[in-house]
Amino acid sequence: MKLKSLSKPWEAVSYGFLDASAKREIRRKMLKAVAVPGCQMPYASREVPMARGWGTGGLQISLTLMNPKSIVKVIDQGADDSVNAASIRKFLTRVTDAKSTWDTLEANLIQSRHRIPEERLTRDQILVLQVPNPEPLRSVEPNMSIARQMHADADYSRMWLQLYEQIVRSGRVMQGASYPSMVNGRHVMTPSPIPRWDVPKLNMAENLTILSAGREKRIFAVPPHTKVEPLVFSDVPYKVEEHHNLTCARSNLQGYFMNEIPNEDGTSSYEVSDSHLGIKKLNEEDGDTNLIGDTWYKNGEWQS
Amino acid sequence: MIAPENVKLAAPQFVTTPPVLTMRNMAKVYGDVVAVDNVDVTAYRGEVLGIVGESGSGKSTLLRMMNLEEQPDHGNYKLDIKKDIDNLFELDRFAQRQIQSRHIGIVYQNPHQGLLMKHSSSGNVAERLLIAGERSFAVLREKASDALASSEFPLTRMDAPPIELSGGMQQRVQLAKAIALEPELLLLDEPTTGLDVSVQALVLDTLKRLQQQRKITMVIVSHDLGVIRTMADRVMVMKSGKVVEQGLVDQVFQDPQHPYTQQLVHAKL
Repeated sequence: MKLKSLSKPWEAVSYGFLDASAKREIRRKMLKAVAVPGCQMPYASREVPMARGWGTGGLQISLTLMNPKSIVKVIDQGADDSVNAASIRKFLTRVTDAKSTWDTLEANLIQSRHRIPEERLTRDQILVLQVPNPEPLRSVEPNMSIARQMHADADYSRMWLQLYEQIVRSGRVMQGASYPSMVNGRHVMTPSPIPRWDVPKLNMAENLTILSAGREKRIFAVPPHTKVEPLVFSDVPYKVEEHHNLTCARSNLQGYFMNEIPNEDGTSSYEVSDSHLGIKKLNEEDGDTNLIGDTWYKNGEWQS
Repeated sequence: MIAPENVKLAAPQFVTTPPVLTMRNMAKVYGDVVAVDNVDVTAYRGEVLGIVGESGSGKSTLLRMMNLEEQPDHGNYKLDIKKDIDNLFELDRFAQRQIQSRHIGIVYQNPHQGLLMKHSSSGNVAERLLIAGERSFAVLREKASDALASSEFPLTRMDAPPIELSGGMQQRVQLAKAIALEPELLLLDEPTTGLDVSVQALVLDTLKRLQQQRKITMVIVSHDLGVIRTMADRVMVMKSGKVVEQGLVDQVFQDPQHPYTQQLVHAKL
């Protein structure tokens, strides 16, 4: 027996970049997060070749979940072609030999910053959301020790107080993104800075959603078929952004979440935020059929 | 002179009503300092109990224990809210917080301790209601304005943050917050210290009126014997963590038995 036969061939990095112990820890923490929906699980966030705050939390989850059969989609504020999304996608496929796609329906792992795709996700898909600030109580309780006690006591009265103050001062709830939401009737989480439009997509969803903050070292999850309820007063209903009547200037899609593009003459035009949905629409106009899957909203109305 | 241990405790005139607060053998030691030394306290429904004593005599520690903010080394604390709870200190922190938020109101000497200074005044009151589970915005507004009006706070300023208000106004917001849930027990920790005399009188008038209207049991801690004389029905005098004398206010102030009480009553600048 030769020494060479006892050792593995030299590799530049571990499969999926992270070493086995890092993946093992992240898997354990993901299991814990799934077991207690919405509860933040601390983990030892590793260094990855990307600056903290640029999606390192989501990246570590994706690297842990991926295998050569994975098909990964990466979006940044709905766009597949932004620099950050393209860089992460390239890195993921390079270190895992997995395939990548822009099509939501084709992907089985979707890493996203600030959006949930417009097409309904299925039980075979996992959504990984990058989270800059995982602590919903930070704005009302800067002392994290007290904030953790408040989570333990399910004392979220200050969150409602924040909404009360917004209505008193501005006449309406001003929380645009990261809308605090009660998960499974127990823990309040911040669903990352997704717009209000996307929060209902987490409620009783078929897919598993894992949220991870690399800089803050926290993982939390929304398992399939779990209640996610935005905090609201009983007499002030939850409202999503009024994008129902906006039309995408490129694809003519209507009734989806739009990006506002300011024009030189002071007016605004709009583009559908889920960029690949717009591409699918354009391809359908060119003759392809049935490209767009089932969507959460139809003509701007929520489909339960 | 009667030896301190022989000072007879006057029978309160409220003995026909059930006690709202019963504390037995309360003790708290911080390092070498005995803050509270086997103190018994009883407060009856609708009475105002005053606690006086020098700085460091243990009265504020005792008040914090009543508010379940401080865990004693030993002692038994019963509130007339749920008969199956013999000792509130044996409950877990969550249950204690529930009782604290629903059944006990407190007004601190320093409004910064009791108020969120940058939130609206009505929001400060609403927070109390939110802790108790109220989730209707309209009801929160209504109840907050009712409580503020009861504290004689001008409703035109109900959405102003306390940081923009005077000291007297801040105390009224604290008071509104404390009474919003109609607590069984209202604790007042030096509520008029730092206020000028005219504002002091207004705050004390409000407190008296509320006490007469709502029959709330109050425990008031103060250095100011004038405040205790005006407000309290019964008074406890504390020194070095012990109760050295207690009785009806007139009785204690007109005929003090313990040397320390005599010194306190006759003290002049």
